[in-house]
Amino acid sequence: MSIWYSLLDLLPVEMLRWDFMKNALLALLLMAPLFGILSTMIVTGRMSFFSDALGHSAFTGIAIGCIAGMSMPLGAAVLFSLAFSLLFSFVRSRSSQSADTLIGVFSSTAVALGIFVATLGGGSFTKYNRYLIGDVLSISPMEIGMLALVLVFVLVFWFFYANRLTLSAVHPQLASSRGIPVGLSQTLFTAAIAVVVTLSISSMGLLILNSLLVLPAAASRNVARNIKQYTLFSVLFALLAGIGGLTVSYYLGCSAGAAISLLLAAIFAVTFCLRKRVG
Amino acid sequence: MKELSHDRDCGQSCCLRVEKLSVKIGNDEILKNAELHVHCGELAALIGPNGAGKSTLLKAILGQRDYTGVIAFSQPGQRSKKPRIGYVPQSPSFDPSEPISVADLFACCMSRRPAFLGLSKSMRQTVKTCLQRVHGEDLIDKRVGTLSGGELQRVLLALALEPIPNILILDEPLSGVDVEGMNALMDMLDEIRKTYDLSILMTTHDFSMLPRYADQVALIDHTVVCKGTPQEVLSSEAFRRTFHMQGGSL
Repeated sequence: MSIWYSLLDLLPVEMLRWDFMKNALLALLLMAPLFGILSTMIVTGRMSFFSDALGHSAFTGIAIGCIAGMSMPLGAAVLFSLAFSLLFSFVRSRSSQSADTLIGVFSSTAVALGIFVATLGGGSFTKYNRYLIGDVLSISPMEIGMLALVLVFVLVFWFFYANRLTLSAVHPQLASSRGIPVGLSQTLFTAAIAVVVTLSISSMGLLILNSLLVLPAAASRNVARNIKQYTLFSVLFALLAGIGGLTVSYYLGCSAGAAISLLLAAIFAVTFCLRKRVG
Repeated sequence: MKELSHDRDCGQSCCLRVEKLSVKIGNDEILKNAELHVHCGELAALIGPNGAGKSTLLKAILGQRDYTGVIAFSQPGQRSKKPRIGYVPQSPSFDPSEPISVADLFACCMSRRPAFLGLSKSMRQTVKTCLQRVHGEDLIDKRVGTLSGGELQRVLLALALEPIPNILILDEPLSGVDVEGMNALMDMLDEIRKTYDLSILMTTHDFSMLPRYADQVALIDHTVVCKGTPQEVLSSEAFRRTFHMQGGSL
């Protein structure tokens, strides 16, 4: 971390004189590629409601962790989200109901369980507010380290599985006829989203986290013509909004997560207007 | 089962033999005692009402469904060796906004190199060669969602032809394809069959093209109800019974 701090001290930027801003910037530089990459597949696989539901389940995991008196409720949250995503994949493969109905079932159950656990015995909900809104400025170096680790894992996973995931998402029959284990690839992918969502929830906040998982790719789709551009634009938009949002939040004193989300929405609006020019 | 005059020698020239084939999914018996022989170099078409088990038969042949009975392959000179099967699945239309080019689709199917890094030069050349087989070189940079029904089938066909298979299996290749595209596609299948000396097994709901292109037609309704030349099957009592009662027409 000290290398990062002294590196940023070389930059003549006022807001980067503060350590919490340096931490936040580093966290966003790690999160943006994560969100950018994962969002391409979430949107292609029509899983945007699923990632939203995972956010809810992560919150439930945190509530359970807090009640159990764990000092690191995040660990419990990761485990709970993983269990949630695996259970969802299992039920989806056995049920004839449509995916969005099942997501609704799981999502509302997770939220209800979270609130139930959080308020058990007359507990106050206030201490959970920071998970709803999120605050990237208070991220700790240890959490940044975990994000870096997850980014490495996701990049490796992506390198080996992106082709299979894409094919499974756009044409499952073609994928399985080519010997791709469609179910396994999708389960691994949902597990990856579960971990990323849970680790980002305290810095981005449950309420807007999903916009970061959907907007980069949604904006990118407006202008991309192939997978390379799709991924590249998605990551670029996420980076741009991440750095821009942090700057806006510093000077206006608003939530960084919300500023990032709004910037992404603006990028979506611009690319939406440009979409006709791309054949 | 009513066997029409389809009594060619099934020795060396028989590419695919299906005997006493039954497939159960849960408690439903989708296929029972199906018998079918596809000869080398032949275009065989499976017809039948929806839910009759046509796709299930194809999937059993592809090894994607558990079955009882015999599915045996043989090639001239090398009997019962597992052949290469090219498969063109029944295709949903892609989301028009999907930012996946035809080249990307090939890369996802054939290459280990992640498609988000872009295609290597050699891969791009391979894709071009594959697309040339279906006269579709100009489709390489088009997005899959913007292809017409006929173009999409040609692209999927090109994928199934790499490497060149011994048997080509197509599930409803004509659905979603307009009349002009349909004739072009059938002409192309005919040309491919002759050029690469392979057998083709396809399902279809379009009977009008059968007399012109199919060597053998099998009517499926949970078993092979009748089989023979297109003329024989289309004029059979079984065909009339199956389709007129179902409200189908020629």
